[in-house]
Amino acid sequence: MARLVKRRVNARPRRRAGILARQAGRRPGPVDPHRRVFLRLHVNGADHTIAVAPHRTLLEILREDLGLTGTKHGCELGECGTCTVLLDGIPVLSCLALGLECDDRPVVTVEGLADGPTPHPLQEAFTELGAAQCGYCTPGILCAAKALLEADPDPNRDAIREALSGNLCRCTGYIKIFEAVELAAKRRREPRAAPSRETLFGRRD
Amino acid sequence: MRRFAFIEPPDLAAATEALARGAGKAAILAGGLDLLGEMKDRIIEPAAVVNLKTVRGLDAIRFEPDGSLRIGALATLASVAAHPRLGREYPAVAQAAQSVGSVEIRNVGTVGGNLCQRPRCWYYRSPLHKCLKKGGDVCFTTVGQSRYHAILGGGPSYIVHPSDLAPALIACDARITVVGPDGTKDLPLEQFYVLPSVRLDHETILKPGEIVTEVSLPASASADGGTRSRFLKFREKDSFDFALVSVAVALRLQGNSCSAARVVLGGVAPTPWRSKEAESAIVDRSIGPRSAAKAAAAALADASPMSHNEYKIPLARTLITRALLETADQGTGLAPS
Repeated sequence: MARLVKRRVNARPRRRAGILARQAGRRPGPVDPHRRVFLRLHVNGADHTIAVAPHRTLLEILREDLGLTGTKHGCELGECGTCTVLLDGIPVLSCLALGLECDDRPVVTVEGLADGPTPHPLQEAFTELGAAQCGYCTPGILCAAKALLEADPDPNRDAIREALSGNLCRCTGYIKIFEAVELAAKRRREPRAAPSRETLFGRRD
Repeated sequence: MRRFAFIEPPDLAAATEALARGAGKAAILAGGLDLLGEMKDRIIEPAAVVNLKTVRGLDAIRFEPDGSLRIGALATLASVAAHPRLGREYPAVAQAAQSVGSVEIRNVGTVGGNLCQRPRCWYYRSPLHKCLKKGGDVCFTTVGQSRYHAILGGGPSYIVHPSDLAPALIACDARITVVGPDGTKDLPLEQFYVLPSVRLDHETILKPGEIVTEVSLPASASADGGTRSRFLKFREKDSFDFALVSVAVALRLQGNSCSAARVVLGGVAPTPWRSKEAESAIVDRSIGPRSAAKAAAAALADASPMSHNEYKIPLARTLITRALLETADQGTGLAPS
C-alpha cells in the first residue's frame, strides 16, 4: 500500500541522484533539490535511516517510507490536526514539518502508543466509550491527548478542550472524546475506575 | 510541493548571504507553518529554503536589567504564552500569543513568522486567482466575496494582516530588529508594516536577504513600568481561528484617569491598525462606559466597509470599548445578565 501511494505521488521519473554522506551535526552544505540525504529517524522507539529529498514532509516519510499509515493526511495546511504526532514529546503537525528537520529527534505516532499487545489507557478508554466514529481524527487526537496527560495528569474539561482544540472531529461532537480522556486520566490514579454511568444517551447499565 | 534546495546556515551572516544569493527565489524557514502552506498551494515556489533554526540563539526570551524585554524571532508562540514574567509584565503580548492557532501551531510557530505572515485572503491563497498581490491586475474582493477583508486602509488591495501578535506588540511600543546585506536596522514595529498603496507585493518593508531577528519592548510599557495592557480577539470559530477583529490596548492610568494610551486593531486593515483617534479620545479623561464608547466610535469613524464586511464595524467598536473598560477595571461594558 505504501509503495503504491509513493509511486502515485512521485509520478515523474526520479533522477538517480547520489546520496550525500551524512556528517555528524549539521549537513556540510546546501542539499540539492534532486538529491536525497540520509536522515536518522527515531520513530516509536525504533531507529530508521532513510534517504529523503528536502521537499518531503514528516507525514509523507512516516506514511510512504516507513509504512506507518496510522497518521492521516488531512487538510495539509494546519487547519485540521489529524496529522498530529509527537516530536520531542510535544504535539506538532507532521504535514507542516520537513523531514530533514526531524533528524535525530524522537517521533511518536499513534502506532507507538500501545505497549506491545496492550493498548494505551487512552486507546482503551476511547474504545470503551465509543469516542471514535469514522476514526479519521482519532490518531491525531490520541497523540495530542497523550501529550496533555503527560504534562497534566489530572486535567479538567477546559484543559482537555484547549489541548484538543486543534483537532477537528466532524462525527462525535467531542463530548465522548472529552469523557474518554477524563476516564483515561482517572484510571492513572484508580486503575479500576469505571466510565461514568450517565451518558449522552441516558444511563449505562 | 515543488522541489527546493535546503540550506542550513551556521550563523546570520551565512543566512543573509544565502538569501541574497537566492536573489528573491530563496525563502526563509522558521516554524514553516505559513511557508509550507504557501508552497503547497503553489503561491510561492522558492528555489531554495534557508532554515533559520540552525542559527543559534535566535529563540531567546530575556529581560534586561532595566526591565525591558527582548524576544528572539525564533521564540515559539508557546514559549511566549507560557513565560511567567512576560505574562505579568506584558499581558497583551502573552494573551495574543495564546490566541494564535492551536496547541500544535503554537508549539512550532515563531514570533518572527507570526509577524511576517502572508495574508489569508482566499483570493491570495487560491492558485486559480492571479490577484493584485500576485502580480495580477485586480483585487478580486472588489468584485467578489469580501467577508474577511479590510474596512480601514484598504486599496488597491483589501487584504487584512492576519497577525495577532503584531497589534499587541505595537500597543506595547515594540521595536523590531532586521538584519540584512546592508547591516542591521532597528525600527518601531509600527513602521515595519506598509499599506498596499505603498507596496503591493509584501506587507512589510523587508527586502530580499533581510531577516527579522528580534523584537524588543521597553520597560515603560510593562506592568512594572506603570502600563496595563490587554488583548481581545473575536473569531468565527472559537476552537482556533484567525481574528475577525482583534484589539490590543495599553494604558497608563492614574487612578481611573488615563495619561497615555495605545489602541491597535487587528483584522481590519492591510496592516496592524493603530488608532490615534481612539487614543486621543481617551487620553486625559477618566475611563468609563461613555468615554470608552466615544474612543471606539472615533476609531471607526473613517471605516469604509466593502460589500460583505460591514459587520466588522460594530464588532470592532464593541471590542475596543470592552478592552478599555476591562483594562481600567471598569467591568466589561456588557449589560448585566
